[in-house]
Amino acid sequence: MAAVTSPLRACRGILREIRLMKGSGYRHTIVYKYVLDQFRRNQVTGAQYCRERMDALHTACTYQCLLTSTREHLQLHEVYHARGERDTAQMAGLVGLRLPTQPGGKGWET
Amino acid sequence: MLRNFCSHHRQFARVIWPFSLRQGQHVSSSPTHLQKANYGSGITERKKFYENVSISQGEGGLFEINLDKRKLKTPGGTLFTVPNEALATAVATEWDAQKDTLKFYTMHFTTLCNTALDNPTERTKDQMIRAALKFLDTDTICYRVDEPPGLVELQKNEWDPVLNWIEQRYNVVIGSSSSIMGPKIPEETKETFHQHLNSYNFWSLTGLEYVITQLKSVVLSLGLIDKHLSVEEAVLLSRLEEEYQIQHWGNVEWAHDYDLYELRARTAAGALFAHLSSESTAVKKKLLRD
Repeated sequence: MAAVTSPLRACRGILREIRLMKGSGYRHTIVYKYVLDQFRRNQVTGAQYCRERMDALHTACTYQCLLTSTREHLQLHEVYHARGERDTAQMAGLVGLRLPTQPGGKGWET
Repeated sequence: MLRNFCSHHRQFARVIWPFSLRQGQHVSSSPTHLQKANYGSGITERKKFYENVSISQGEGGLFEINLDKRKLKTPGGTLFTVPNEALATAVATEWDAQKDTLKFYTMHFTTLCNTALDNPTERTKDQMIRAALKFLDTDTICYRVDEPPGLVELQKNEWDPVLNWIEQRYNVVIGSSSSIMGPKIPEETKETFHQHLNSYNFWSLTGLEYVITQLKSVVLSLGLIDKHLSVEEAVLLSRLEEEYQIQHWGNVEWAHDYDLYELRARTAAGALFAHLSSESTAVKKKLLRD
Protein backbone atom coordinates (compact mmCIF):
# COMPACT_ATOMS: atom_id res chain seq x y z
CA MET A 1 0.00 0.00 0.00
CA ALA A 2 2.90 2.30 0.63
CA ALA A 3 4.36 3.24 -2.72
CA VAL A 4 2.63 2.72 -6.01
CA THR A 5 5.15 4.73 -7.98
CA SER A 6 8.85 4.38 -8.47
CA PRO A 7 11.20 7.18 -7.43
CA LEU A 8 11.73 8.12 -11.06
CA ARG A 9 8.03 8.64 -11.68
CA ALA A 10 7.63 10.61 -8.48
CA CYS A 11 10.55 12.86 -9.38
CA ARG A 12 9.27 13.37 -12.93
CA GLY A 13 5.81 14.11 -11.60
CA ILE A 14 7.05 16.80 -9.23
CA LEU A 15 9.22 18.41 -11.88
CA ARG A 16 6.32 18.41 -14.31
CA GLU A 17 4.13 20.16 -11.76
CA ILE A 18 6.81 22.77 -11.14
CA ARG A 19 7.12 23.36 -14.87
CA LEU A 20 3.34 23.76 -15.19
CA MET A 21 3.38 26.16 -12.29
CA LYS A 22 6.23 28.39 -13.35
CA GLY A 23 6.48 28.19 -17.11
CA SER A 24 9.83 28.69 -18.73
CA GLY A 25 11.96 29.74 -15.78
CA TYR A 26 11.26 26.63 -13.75
CA ARG A 27 14.84 25.51 -13.56
CA HIS A 28 15.86 28.53 -11.57
CA THR A 29 13.35 28.16 -8.78
CA ILE A 30 14.38 27.20 -5.29
CA VAL A 31 12.10 24.20 -5.22
CA TYR A 32 13.56 22.68 -8.40
CA LYS A 33 17.06 22.68 -6.99
CA TYR A 34 15.84 21.45 -3.63
CA VAL A 35 13.86 18.55 -5.07
CA LEU A 36 16.70 17.36 -7.29
CA ASP A 37 19.10 17.70 -4.42
CA GLN A 38 16.88 15.59 -2.15
CA PHE A 39 16.43 12.89 -4.75
CA ARG A 40 20.16 12.70 -5.34
CA ARG A 41 20.90 12.52 -1.64
CA ASN A 42 18.42 9.75 -1.01
CA GLN A 43 19.57 7.63 -3.89
CA VAL A 44 21.81 5.36 -1.93
CA THR A 45 21.20 4.56 1.68
CA GLY A 46 22.58 1.78 3.76
CA ALA A 47 19.87 -0.40 5.21
CA GLN A 48 18.94 1.61 8.30
CA TYR A 49 15.62 0.55 9.74
CA CYS A 50 15.00 3.57 11.92
CA ARG A 51 12.60 4.90 9.30
CA GLU A 52 9.56 3.54 7.55
CA ARG A 53 10.28 1.83 4.30
CA MET A 54 10.17 4.11 1.28
CA ASP A 55 9.90 7.04 3.65
CA ALA A 56 11.33 9.68 1.35
CA LEU A 57 9.34 8.28 -1.55
CA HIS A 58 6.11 8.67 0.41
CA THR A 59 7.01 12.30 1.16
CA ALA A 60 7.76 12.88 -2.53
CA CYS A 61 4.45 11.34 -3.61
CA THR A 62 2.61 13.43 -1.03
CA TYR A 63 4.22 16.59 -2.37
CA GLN A 64 3.35 15.66 -5.92
CA CYS A 65 -0.24 15.01 -4.88
CA LEU A 66 -0.31 18.42 -3.22
CA LEU A 67 0.95 20.26 -6.30
CA THR A 68 -1.38 18.41 -8.65
CA SER A 69 -4.48 18.83 -6.53
CA THR A 70 -3.91 22.54 -5.88
CA ARG A 71 -3.51 23.12 -9.59
CA GLU A 72 -6.63 21.11 -10.49
CA HIS A 73 -8.65 22.69 -7.73
CA LEU A 74 -7.65 26.15 -8.90
CA GLN A 75 -8.57 25.32 -12.49
CA LEU A 76 -12.00 24.08 -11.46
CA HIS A 77 -12.47 27.12 -9.28
CA GLU A 78 -11.59 29.44 -12.14
CA VAL A 79 -14.00 27.76 -14.49
CA TYR A 80 -17.01 27.31 -12.26
CA HIS A 81 -16.85 29.49 -9.20
CA ALA A 82 -14.88 32.63 -9.97
CA ARG A 83 -16.95 34.47 -12.52
CA GLY A 84 -19.91 35.92 -10.65
CA GLU A 85 -23.28 35.96 -12.35
CA ARG A 86 -23.57 34.38 -15.74
CA ASP A 87 -26.54 34.56 -18.03
CA THR A 88 -28.60 31.47 -18.80
CA ALA A 89 -27.04 30.75 -22.17
CA GLN A 90 -23.54 30.72 -20.70
CA MET A 91 -24.60 28.54 -17.78
CA ALA A 92 -26.14 26.02 -20.12
CA GLY A 93 -23.03 26.05 -22.29
CA LEU A 94 -20.92 25.28 -19.26
CA VAL A 95 -22.50 21.86 -18.81
CA GLY A 96 -22.90 21.14 -22.48
CA LEU A 97 -26.50 22.06 -23.14
CA ARG A 98 -28.16 24.71 -25.25
CA LEU A 99 -31.23 26.76 -24.56
CA PRO A 100 -34.30 25.83 -26.55
CA THR A 101 -34.76 28.32 -29.36
CA GLN A 102 -38.52 28.07 -29.36
CA PRO A 103 -41.20 27.20 -26.86
CA GLY A 104 -41.46 23.44 -26.59
CA GLY A 105 -37.98 22.93 -28.06
CA LYS A 106 -35.64 20.49 -26.38
CA GLY A 107 -32.31 21.52 -24.89
CA TRP A 108 -30.08 19.67 -27.32
CA GLU A 109 -31.78 20.54 -30.62
CA THR A 110 -30.52 23.35 -32.79
CA MET B 1 -13.31 -2.07 -7.27
CA LEU B 2 -11.47 0.78 -5.63
CA ARG B 3 -9.33 1.32 -8.70
CA ASN B 4 -12.48 1.82 -10.77
CA PHE B 5 -13.29 4.93 -8.77
CA CYS B 6 -10.04 6.65 -9.69
CA SER B 7 -10.38 5.85 -13.37
CA HIS B 8 -14.00 7.02 -13.25
CA HIS B 9 -12.86 10.47 -12.24
CA ARG B 10 -10.06 10.60 -14.76
CA GLN B 11 -12.29 9.43 -17.59
CA PHE B 12 -14.82 12.19 -17.24
CA ALA B 13 -12.51 14.88 -15.97
CA ARG B 14 -12.01 17.02 -19.05
CA VAL B 15 -15.10 16.32 -21.12
CA ILE B 16 -16.64 19.77 -20.82
CA TRP B 17 -13.56 21.96 -21.16
CA PRO B 18 -14.32 23.02 -24.78
CA PHE B 19 -17.63 24.60 -23.82
CA SER B 20 -16.16 26.88 -21.21
CA LEU B 21 -13.23 28.29 -23.14
CA ARG B 22 -15.20 30.60 -25.36
CA GLN B 23 -16.04 33.08 -22.59
CA GLY B 24 -15.01 36.52 -23.70
CA GLN B 25 -15.71 38.69 -20.71
CA HIS B 26 -14.08 38.14 -17.38
CA VAL B 27 -15.80 39.57 -14.35
CA SER B 28 -13.09 40.42 -11.89
CA SER B 29 -13.97 39.85 -8.28
CA SER B 30 -10.74 40.95 -6.61
CA PRO B 31 -10.38 44.36 -4.95
CA THR B 32 -8.63 46.89 -7.12
CA HIS B 33 -6.67 48.70 -4.45
CA LEU B 34 -4.03 47.25 -2.19
CA GLN B 35 -4.93 46.75 1.44
CA LYS B 36 -2.21 47.63 3.84
CA ALA B 37 -0.73 45.47 6.59
CA ASN B 38 -2.22 42.14 7.37
CA TYR B 39 -3.97 40.09 4.76
CA GLY B 40 -6.01 38.21 7.28
CA SER B 41 -8.67 40.91 7.20
CA GLY B 42 -11.18 38.76 5.35
CA ILE B 43 -10.48 39.42 1.68
CA THR B 44 -9.56 36.37 -0.29
CA GLU B 45 -7.49 37.96 -3.05
CA ARG B 46 -4.86 40.66 -3.41
CA LYS B 47 -2.69 41.78 -6.25
CA LYS B 48 0.74 40.26 -6.44
CA PHE B 49 3.18 42.88 -5.22
CA TYR B 50 6.50 41.13 -5.57
CA GLU B 51 8.65 39.53 -8.23
CA ASN B 52 11.06 37.17 -6.56
CA VAL B 53 10.75 34.88 -3.60
CA SER B 54 13.78 33.64 -1.72
CA ILE B 55 14.58 32.01 1.58
CA SER B 56 17.28 32.95 4.02
CA GLN B 57 18.53 31.58 7.28
CA GLY B 58 18.23 33.91 10.21
CA GLU B 59 19.13 33.72 13.87
CA GLY B 60 18.73 30.50 15.77
CA GLY B 61 18.88 28.52 12.56
CA LEU B 62 15.32 29.47 11.66
CA PHE B 63 14.48 30.14 8.03
CA GLU B 64 12.67 33.23 6.76
CA ILE B 65 10.89 33.98 3.50
CA ASN B 66 11.74 37.11 1.53
CA LEU B 67 9.36 38.64 -0.99
CA ASP B 68 11.61 40.87 -3.10
CA LYS B 69 13.44 42.71 -0.35
CA ARG B 70 10.81 42.44 2.36
CA LYS B 71 10.52 39.72 4.96
CA LEU B 72 7.28 37.84 5.22
CA LYS B 73 5.25 38.34 8.36
CA THR B 74 2.35 36.40 9.82
CA PRO B 75 -1.12 38.00 10.02
CA GLY B 76 -0.43 38.55 13.71
CA GLY B 77 2.55 40.71 12.86
CA THR B 78 5.38 38.42 13.98
CA LEU B 79 8.22 37.45 11.71
CA PHE B 80 7.48 34.35 9.69
CA THR B 81 10.06 31.73 10.69
CA VAL B 82 10.15 28.01 10.04
CA PRO B 83 12.44 25.47 11.67
CA ASN B 84 13.83 23.76 8.60
CA GLU B 85 14.70 24.32 4.97
CA ALA B 86 12.17 21.90 3.53
CA LEU B 87 9.25 23.79 5.04
CA ALA B 88 10.72 27.11 3.95
CA THR B 89 11.08 25.81 0.39
CA ALA B 90 7.48 24.60 0.36
CA VAL B 91 6.14 27.95 1.61
CA ALA B 92 8.33 29.88 -0.83
CA THR B 93 7.03 27.73 -3.68
CA GLU B 94 3.45 28.55 -2.73
CA TRP B 95 4.19 32.27 -2.86
CA ASP B 96 6.14 31.83 -6.05
CA ALA B 97 3.28 29.97 -7.72
CA GLN B 98 0.90 32.92 -7.48
CA LYS B 99 0.26 34.82 -10.70
CA ASP B 100 -1.20 38.34 -10.83
CA THR B 101 -3.40 37.88 -7.78
CA LEU B 102 -2.62 36.13 -4.53
CA LYS B 103 -5.06 33.35 -3.90
CA PHE B 104 -4.81 32.59 -0.23
CA TYR B 105 -7.13 29.64 -0.38
CA THR B 106 -4.52 27.71 -2.36
CA MET B 107 -1.68 28.45 0.03
CA HIS B 108 -2.18 25.69 2.54
CA PHE B 109 1.35 25.52 3.92
CA THR B 110 1.39 29.24 4.63
CA THR B 111 -1.93 28.97 6.45
CA LEU B 112 -0.69 26.09 8.57
CA CYS B 113 2.55 27.87 9.44
CA ASN B 114 0.65 31.01 10.38
CA THR B 115 -1.64 29.02 12.66
CA ALA B 116 1.31 27.31 14.32
CA LEU B 117 3.25 30.54 14.73
CA ASP B 118 0.46 32.87 15.87
CA ASN B 119 -1.70 30.36 17.73
CA PRO B 120 -4.56 32.85 17.67
CA THR B 121 -6.86 30.76 19.83
CA GLU B 122 -4.16 30.13 22.43
CA ARG B 123 -4.40 26.36 22.37
CA THR B 124 -2.17 24.05 24.32
CA LYS B 125 -0.96 20.66 23.14
CA ASP B 126 -3.31 18.94 25.53
CA GLN B 127 -6.35 20.76 24.16
CA MET B 128 -5.38 19.87 20.62
CA ILE B 129 -4.92 16.20 21.45
CA ARG B 130 -8.27 16.03 23.18
CA ALA B 131 -9.98 17.74 20.26
CA ALA B 132 -8.32 15.31 17.86
CA LEU B 133 -9.30 12.26 19.89
CA LYS B 134 -12.91 13.40 19.98
CA PHE B 135 -13.04 12.37 16.35
CA LEU B 136 -12.32 8.82 17.40
CA ASP B 137 -15.79 8.40 18.83
CA THR B 138 -17.32 9.18 15.49
CA ASP B 139 -14.57 7.90 13.27
CA THR B 140 -15.61 7.44 9.65
CA ILE B 141 -14.08 3.98 9.44
CA CYS B 142 -16.04 2.70 12.39
CA TYR B 143 -19.44 3.73 11.14
CA ARG B 144 -20.94 1.07 8.92
CA VAL B 145 -24.20 0.97 7.08
CA ASP B 146 -26.62 -1.92 6.86
CA GLU B 147 -27.69 -1.43 3.31
CA PRO B 148 -27.25 -1.21 0.25
CA PRO B 149 -25.31 -4.48 0.19
CA GLY B 150 -22.81 -3.19 -2.35
CA LEU B 151 -21.78 -0.46 0.04
CA VAL B 152 -21.67 -2.83 3.01
CA GLU B 153 -19.37 -5.11 1.05
CA LEU B 154 -17.20 -2.20 -0.02
CA GLN B 155 -16.87 -0.88 3.50
CA LYS B 156 -15.93 -4.32 4.76
CA ASN B 157 -13.30 -4.86 2.09
CA GLU B 158 -11.72 -1.47 2.18
CA TRP B 159 -12.02 -0.32 5.77
CA ASP B 160 -11.41 -3.55 7.67
CA PRO B 161 -7.76 -3.93 6.57
CA VAL B 162 -6.99 -0.41 7.80
CA LEU B 163 -8.70 -1.13 11.13
CA ASN B 164 -6.72 -4.35 11.50
CA TRP B 165 -3.52 -2.55 10.69
CA ILE B 166 -4.05 0.15 13.29
CA GLU B 167 -5.17 -2.31 15.95
CA GLN B 168 -2.02 -4.28 15.38
CA ARG B 169 0.33 -1.34 15.15
CA TYR B 170 -0.84 0.39 18.30
CA ASN B 171 -2.01 -2.67 20.17
CA VAL B 172 -5.48 -1.24 20.75
CA VAL B 173 -9.06 -2.30 20.32
CA ILE B 174 -11.36 -0.28 18.09
CA GLY B 175 -14.48 -1.95 16.86
CA SER B 176 -16.76 -1.03 14.05
CA SER B 177 -20.48 -0.74 14.47
CA SER B 178 -23.57 -0.10 12.40
CA SER B 179 -25.69 1.34 15.18
CA ILE B 180 -26.40 5.03 15.38
CA MET B 181 -24.47 5.35 18.62
CA GLY B 182 -21.24 4.26 17.03
CA PRO B 183 -18.55 2.01 18.45
CA LYS B 184 -17.67 1.99 22.12
CA ILE B 185 -13.99 2.92 22.35
CA PRO B 186 -12.33 1.59 25.52
CA GLU B 187 -10.41 4.00 27.75
CA GLU B 188 -7.06 2.24 27.26
CA THR B 189 -7.30 2.86 23.53
CA LYS B 190 -7.76 6.56 24.10
CA GLU B 191 -4.89 6.55 26.60
CA THR B 192 -2.57 4.89 24.12
CA PHE B 193 -3.43 7.37 21.41
CA HIS B 194 -3.12 10.25 23.84
CA GLN B 195 0.39 9.18 24.73
CA HIS B 196 1.29 8.64 21.10
CA LEU B 197 0.05 12.05 20.03
CA ASN B 198 1.86 13.64 22.94
CA SER B 199 5.14 12.56 21.44
CA TYR B 200 4.67 14.95 18.50
CA ASN B 201 5.79 18.54 18.83
CA PHE B 202 3.35 21.45 18.58
CA TRP B 203 3.89 22.08 14.89
CA SER B 204 3.41 18.47 13.86
CA LEU B 205 0.32 18.33 16.02
CA THR B 206 -1.11 21.34 14.19
CA GLY B 207 -0.65 19.52 10.90
CA LEU B 208 -1.99 16.26 12.26
CA GLU B 209 -5.09 17.84 13.74
CA TYR B 210 -5.72 19.56 10.43
CA VAL B 211 -5.59 16.23 8.62
CA ILE B 212 -7.94 14.63 11.14
CA THR B 213 -10.43 17.47 10.69
CA GLN B 214 -10.30 17.13 6.91
CA LEU B 215 -10.58 13.34 6.75
CA LYS B 216 -12.99 13.13 9.70
CA SER B 217 -11.13 10.06 10.89
CA VAL B 218 -8.33 9.47 13.38
CA VAL B 219 -7.61 6.02 11.99
CA LEU B 220 -7.08 7.22 8.44
CA SER B 221 -4.98 10.16 9.54
CA LEU B 222 -2.68 7.97 11.60
CA GLY B 223 -2.45 5.62 8.63
CA LEU B 224 -1.38 8.53 6.47
CA ILE B 225 1.08 9.94 8.99
CA ASP B 226 2.64 6.55 9.55
CA LYS B 227 3.07 6.27 5.78
CA HIS B 228 0.90 3.21 5.57
CA LEU B 229 -1.51 4.92 3.16
CA SER B 230 -0.89 7.42 0.40
CA VAL B 231 -2.87 10.67 0.27
CA GLU B 232 -5.04 9.51 -2.62
CA GLU B 233 -5.88 6.29 -0.79
CA ALA B 234 -6.68 8.03 2.48
CA VAL B 235 -8.96 10.53 0.74
CA LEU B 236 -10.66 7.78 -1.21
CA LEU B 237 -11.32 5.76 1.93
CA SER B 238 -12.64 8.84 3.67
CA ARG B 239 -15.05 9.53 0.83
CA LEU B 240 -15.98 5.91 0.25
CA GLU B 241 -19.72 6.30 0.41
CA GLU B 242 -19.62 9.36 -1.81
CA GLU B 243 -17.54 7.52 -4.39
CA TYR B 244 -19.98 4.66 -4.29
CA GLN B 245 -22.87 7.01 -5.00
CA ILE B 246 -20.89 8.74 -7.76
CA GLN B 247 -20.33 5.45 -9.48
CA HIS B 248 -24.01 4.74 -9.23
CA TRP B 249 -25.46 8.13 -10.09
CA GLY B 250 -22.72 9.88 -12.02
CA ASN B 251 -20.10 12.50 -11.35
CA VAL B 252 -20.72 16.23 -11.19
CA GLU B 253 -17.45 17.93 -11.94
CA TRP B 254 -18.12 21.28 -10.37
CA ALA B 255 -19.05 19.71 -7.06
CA HIS B 256 -17.52 16.27 -6.73
CA ASP B 257 -14.21 16.86 -8.42
CA TYR B 258 -13.91 20.28 -6.84
CA ASP B 259 -14.37 18.80 -3.36
CA LEU B 260 -12.09 15.90 -4.14
CA TYR B 261 -9.18 18.04 -5.26
CA GLU B 262 -9.64 20.47 -2.42
CA LEU B 263 -9.67 17.63 0.11
CA ARG B 264 -6.60 16.08 -1.44
CA ALA B 265 -4.72 19.37 -1.45
CA ARG B 266 -5.53 20.12 2.18
CA THR B 267 -4.80 16.59 3.37
CA ALA B 268 -1.51 16.46 1.49
CA ALA B 269 -0.50 19.84 2.89
CA GLY B 270 -1.37 18.81 6.46
CA ALA B 271 0.42 15.48 6.20
CA LEU B 272 3.52 17.00 4.65
CA PHE B 273 3.51 19.75 7.25
CA ALA B 274 3.40 17.16 10.04
CA HIS B 275 6.20 15.12 8.44
CA LEU B 276 8.50 18.02 7.78
CA SER B 277 8.03 19.45 11.26
CA SER B 278 8.93 16.27 13.03
CA GLU B 279 11.83 14.80 11.16
CA SER B 280 15.48 15.54 11.25
CA THR B 281 17.98 14.20 8.81
CA ALA B 282 21.52 13.15 9.40
CA VAL B 283 23.78 11.77 6.75
CA LYS B 284 26.55 9.44 7.71
CA LYS B 285 29.05 8.66 5.08
CA LYS B 286 30.62 5.26 5.05
CA LEU B 287 34.32 5.26 4.70
CA LEU B 288 35.75 2.72 2.39
CA ARG B 289 38.45 0.75 4.03
CA ASP B 290 41.16 -0.70 1.90
